Amino acid sequence: MPTLETVVKNGLETSISPSEISGEETPFQLIVKRFIKHRLAVIGSIFMLVIILVAIFAPAITPKEPYQVYDEFSAPPSAEHWLGTDQVGRDIFTRLIFASRVSMMVGLGAVLIYSVIGTIVGAVSGYFGGWVDILLMRLTDVFMSFPSLMLILVVVSILGPNLLNIILVLGLLGWPAVARLVRGSVLSLKHVDFVKSGVVLGLSTPRILFRHILPNAIAPILVQATFGIAAAIIVEAALSFLGMGVQPPTASWGNMLTDAQSLTVLTSQPWLWVPPGMMIVIVVLSINFIGDGLRDALDPKTLK
Amino acid sequence: MVPYIIRRLFIAIPVLLGVTVVNFIIINMAPGNPVEMFVDPNTSQELINLRKEQLGLNDPLWVQFFHWLGNLFQGNLGYSFSTYEPVTKIILERVGPTFQLTILALIVGLLIAVPIGIISAVKQYSKLDYFATGTSFLGISIPHFFMGLGLIYIFAVQLQWLPAGGIATLGREDDFFDKVRHLILPVLVLATGIAGQYVRYVRASLLEVLGQDYLRTARAKGLKEIVITNKHALKNALIPIITIIGLEIPFLLGGAVITEQVFQWPGMGQLTIQSIMSRDYPTLMALNLLTAFMVLFANLFTDILYSFVDPRIKYK
Amino acid sequence: MTITMGEAATPLLRVEKLKTYYPIKKGILSRTVGHVKAVDGVNFYINAGETLGLVGESGCGKSTIGKTLVRLEHPSEGKVYFQDQEISKETMKDIRRDLQIIFQDPYSSLNPRMRIKDLLEEPMKIHQVVGKENLHKRVDELLELVGLPSSYKNRYPHEFSGGQRQRIGIARALSLNPKLIICDEPVSALDVSIQAQILNLLKDLQKELNLTYLFIAHGLGAVKYISDRIAVMYLGKIVEVAKTEEIFRNPQHPYTKALLSSYPIPNPELRSKERIIIPGDVPSPANPPSGCSFHTRCPIATAICREQNPVLKGKEHSVACFAIK
Ligand SMILES: Nc1ncnc2c1ncn2[C@@H]1O[C@H](COP(=O)(O)OP(=O)(O)OP(=O)(O)O)[C@@H](O)[C@H]1O
Ligand SMILES: [Mg+2]
Repeated sequence: MPTLETVVKNGLETSISPSEISGEETPFQLIVKRFIKHRLAVIGSIFMLVIILVAIFAPAITPKEPYQVYDEFSAPPSAEHWLGTDQVGRDIFTRLIFASRVSMMVGLGAVLIYSVIGTIVGAVSGYFGGWVDILLMRLTDVFMSFPSLMLILVVVSILGPNLLNIILVLGLLGWPAVARLVRGSVLSLKHVDFVKSGVVLGLSTPRILFRHILPNAIAPILVQATFGIAAAIIVEAALSFLGMGVQPPTASWGNMLTDAQSLTVLTSQPWLWVPPGMMIVIVVLSINFIGDGLRDALDPKTLK
Repeated sequence: MVPYIIRRLFIAIPVLLGVTVVNFIIINMAPGNPVEMFVDPNTSQELINLRKEQLGLNDPLWVQFFHWLGNLFQGNLGYSFSTYEPVTKIILERVGPTFQLTILALIVGLLIAVPIGIISAVKQYSKLDYFATGTSFLGISIPHFFMGLGLIYIFAVQLQWLPAGGIATLGREDDFFDKVRHLILPVLVLATGIAGQYVRYVRASLLEVLGQDYLRTARAKGLKEIVITNKHALKNALIPIITIIGLEIPFLLGGAVITEQVFQWPGMGQLTIQSIMSRDYPTLMALNLLTAFMVLFANLFTDILYSFVDPRIKYK
Repeated sequence: MTITMGEAATPLLRVEKLKTYYPIKKGILSRTVGHVKAVDGVNFYINAGETLGLVGESGCGKSTIGKTLVRLEHPSEGKVYFQDQEISKETMKDIRRDLQIIFQDPYSSLNPRMRIKDLLEEPMKIHQVVGKENLHKRVDELLELVGLPSSYKNRYPHEFSGGQRQRIGIARALSLNPKLIICDEPVSALDVSIQAQILNLLKDLQKELNLTYLFIAHGLGAVKYISDRIAVMYLGKIVEVAKTEEIFRNPQHPYTKALLSSYPIPNPELRSKERIIIPGDVPSPANPPSGCSFHTRCPIATAICREQNPVLKGKEHSVACFAIK
């Protein structure tokens, strides 16, 4: 084996040939490839794409108005009303389509809010450590101690049940899990050389946190957020079902099921409650599959 | 060991205090106050003020808080706004049914989840595994209220096999089988979600313990053989599951809110909704506090239990 | 201070009685129950333009010295002077630019989410090294300086080999026009052939930019090739410092002798010497032996070694050993 010295003496200093450049895929391509392997996740993605388009272009899809009351009420499905009408005489198909907007807004809005809060709290806690960390983590423990649905119910009922309040309450109460997750990533990332090199190069602390640490901690946040969207949609539906969420006449998949609590509706008018229920299941399932696919695709154990 | 327990207790105290403060603040965000809400609109302002004074409602918030905290330490959680009974008594009546429902659901859920999780892990990437994964996701994606309504529709309305709700048929409160019949549907609803969740935990945990390489070679063997030769691995895989169970029991109690409402099950969840409807803040506050304490206690208990079960844990 | 003829000018960096301890935490509320004495009273200097090699077994505290110099760790005791200015929290702001570090692992020392261009521009923008209009030109220059085509600047770190990444790391350290660069085992993660390239690059850069290096390594090969002087470290202390040839020709400290004997030297004159094997293990830096920390393994230790701590003695060739007069 040649020793270092002989190598140096032989003057092997060569210019770099382009072949030295590794020809592998970018991490992003790798992630996409692995995501596509997860069939259920792909199906979920396609489905969600459709739902999102439906939510955006709702008025273009259905010729009817969601609040308009037609002559027949509690009418079974027909050519005129594809999924029948509700007890007030509103077209169920139309309401179903418009209700997707509510679910999307709650899911995205709430998760966006709590992901931002959780990320900041977790990042600050993990990076600074010491008393700041202890204080913030105890606060996190406090909020994690309340069973979420119960606390959400109470707070929403106090603030007044409406769409905005639901988004706010879910957003303001959902951050602790994200905070813990981010804190963990930051704790391990802050000992990595590229962060240290940032310190030595005199970069400011916020810059190191937001430009160097957080972009590398995004994968688990993304996975958590995806599952979080599904959870938020379920919670909104549950609140609206109980009458403590989105209020009629605004349509929400949850409040479309409220009437089914009466035995007559449940028994004799299944078209009132089965379609919105199915929509919730399909949407939540799709999002959960996407989350699972993302988790597999972003798994650091199998990513270089 | 002992220092570890003491340390955990030390951490729990400020959290406990924080929980009470947050709870107090939230309830005090409620508009209006009990006196104004429950008096006859014709009552004179003077009388209202007098009553407020008596109830301490004119004191600064922090004085009210310590007053309330003092009462709390004496086990006095106040009186319900709607029935005027002591809150403690109302809640105690509801604890039993909720525990019955959730513990049973947990057991049923685990009985479904553990074997499926094991099979799913051992036969990783087989059709069976994909099916189990897909189904478990379905389990966590069905909202309790929709599944509850569906089950009522099928089993109570169409087939008329089981009651649609309640805890017992009137007059047959001591009939064991009647009770079981009332339990089946709500337990099934809760157990489905639990099973869906735990299939994934068991699978992931077992895969971790067994290691990927081992499984690749073992897949050729029969399932029974694998399970028998890996009893040890199975035990190690189930230890983390115990922790998760411990941590989630209190959340189950909270999560039963919807199911209890759908099946008219007279537990704490239903009480929560009734109290919200009637703006019964003392009861709500107590319910919230009770469940939060249970969460904290369960955390503490599981941590300590875990440190006994798994000798590798470091008491840092 | 007047500089008299014959005496060297003041060194670029002077380290006095430097100690860096890591706390060991335990028990309720994580009380500190002891310290890892990673660096335990170290004195040395580096003259402008020279390379000081720092060698010693794994865990003896070499990296900790490097990290303490750039204030990634805070010294527990002692002083560091850079160009006669004491380094402290306040003065560090001005000194930052002059004092850079190159890490061992080229795979973890570059942020994988940033393009090479941004990695290089970022520190220069913050310290306003060049005007905005010259930023691009300066990036090209830096890449050229470390032997990379400037067309690579739009790529991400994962598109480069280990050696290339180390070049980028060097370019980044150079971006602030530093005077002293701490090279913490900059080649030990690379292939032997690539090691040579990087070492030569460092040498060339030193000449071209008048740089000063503290070159850390645990093997002697690279250190011998690049260093003007070598400091040998054992368990948090420096035991011997001398010119490179001097150390190899005439090692004094028993630990240095042992270290050298384990190194395959092409020189046949020295090769004939027997290999010295030191008995026992390195003691824990959390609980170092009393007196000379090497006495537990030293073949020539006497009573005094157990009781007193030898200091570095000698001007050109300093040794910390009671057996050396
Ligand atoms: N952050 C830390 N906390 C506690 N102890 C540490 C820390 N960093 C290093 N140490 C300890 O300090 C001692 C010196 O470590 P250091 O990294 O300086 O050694 P080194 O000489 O660079 O070794 P190597 O050749 O392996 O890089 C070791 O015993 C190490 O375990
Ligand atoms: Mg080192």
